[in-house]
Amino acid sequence: MRISLRVNGEEREADVWGGESLLFALREGLGLPGSKNACEQGECGSCSVLLDGELVCACLVLAAQADGHEVTTVEGMADGEELHPVQEAYVQAGAVQCGFCTPGLVVATADLLARIPDPSDDEIREALSGNVCRCTGYAKIFDAVRLAAAVR
Amino acid sequence: MLTPRSLDEALALKAEHPGALPVEGGTDVLVELNFDRRRPDAILNLNEVPELKVWAREEGILRLGAGVTYTEILHGPVAALQPALAEASRTVGSPQIRNRGTLGGNLGTASPAGDALPPLLVEGAEVELASVRGVRTMPLREFLVGPKRNALEPDELISAVLVRPSGAPQTFMKVGPRNAMVIAVVSLALSADRERGELRASFGSAGPVPGFVTAPIAERESFAEQVAEAATPIDDVRGTAAYRRHALRVLAGRALERCLA
Ligand SMILES: Cc1cc2nc3c(=O)[nH]c(=O)nc-3n(C[C@H](O)[C@H](O)[C@H](O)COP(=O)(O)OP(=O)(O)OC[C@H]3O[C@@H](n4cnc5c(N)ncnc54)[C@H](O)[C@@H]3O)c2cc1C
Ligand code: FES
Ligand code: FES
Repeated sequence: MRISLRVNGEEREADVWGGESLLFALREGLGLPGSKNACEQGECGSCSVLLDGELVCACLVLAAQADGHEVTTVEGMADGEELHPVQEAYVQAGAVQCGFCTPGLVVATADLLARIPDPSDDEIREALSGNVCRCTGYAKIFDAVRLAAAVR
Repeated sequence: MLTPRSLDEALALKAEHPGALPVEGGTDVLVELNFDRRRPDAILNLNEVPELKVWAREEGILRLGAGVTYTEILHGPVAALQPALAEASRTVGSPQIRNRGTLGGNLGTASPAGDALPPLLVEGAEVELASVRGVRTMPLREFLVGPKRNALEPDELISAVLVRPSGAPQTFMKVGPRNAMVIAVVSLALSADRERGELRASFGSAGPVPGFVTAPIAERESFAEQVAEAATPIDDVRGTAAYRRHALRVLAGRALERCLA
């Protein structure tokens, strides 16, 4: 079936089959490989995107459920060549090693700061509890979140 | 993929395609689809059915639409009316899962570990089931008939959960290997209803369906033991039967202290 949705501010169309995930459609159909595919079961958060402004795992949403809705992926965060402040903070804080988890974490962090501009450590921990990083040990990621909160 | 825009349309489609798999938040269904554990003939997308997404309070009865999410329960006015359910919602998965996962989906899956179930059971919740034939309600206890089995007929959808908030002190506790993203090793909801002179407890992951125990408040000394005795846990990858029974006894003791303080 054909779906129409708004992705990163642009009207897009894609042909999907009934059981296809939004993550698959974004990566394979719409040419947006920023959202990463790892567990496909909602455990790692590397596929985190905003669906109508809500943080979700794209691997757990049917592409067809996004028909008529609005999706923001990590590709939609930078303003042209200018990184989003959260992206910039991840670079500055050295919160990126292999980088696989980073797109999901960046989207989750932006979502957190939109809701809670100055989060406590507990609030950061809670907000990022659905995003797994295998490399950094999270300390630098916390630094990045605090940095992004400070520069806002 | 069928995407009805109203409850009536959804029920007509379900009657026409009884084999169609309903999907609400998809947090259980997509895992099955992604791993090819399930290939339904058709999928009934309930995301565009506005009637399922709302909750309301009418004549003392709280009506929670099947499509109400954990995030909505946690951060909205429902939290004050159903405190144990809100505590349970807080423990579900991660923000991403709570934004999508729904009450109706938890009931549909009917897992013995479903975290919404014990809090609703201690509050005496009923399930509203709708089909083109009409609407029926049944106690949640009767709806949960076995592990991952419920009393839905092929042409029915869960339309809502109905509960008369007791106002009694209540709490929810869950044991798992970490604080986020865990399936309960055991879970417990308990309420101390002084108005009715009654203690009520319901536990998850310690039997084929969530357990339910009630006793007069006068039996508070032995209640934790009664809860542990009522459990029929098994050994599995998440824990042993003996550990589960022990943990339930400890949780029940703590929950009693909290609710009777
Ligand atoms: C990473 C992760 C962590 C999780 N953590 C927890 C946890 O901590 N605690 C917990 O309890 N669960 C947890 N879950 C399971 C899941 O999130 C919950 O069971 C949730 O409530 C399911 O809701 P849903 O709307 O996503 O259901 P869906 O996946 O849409 O549906 C689930 C089932 O219910 C049926 N269904 C849905 N709506 C209806 C309806 N209106 N009428 C009839 N049938 C219907 C579907 O056909 C399906 O069989 C987790 C899942 C994931 C992926
Ligand atoms: S790929 Fe979606 S949560 Fe891991
Ligand atoms: S940087 Fe490698 S997984 Fe996080």
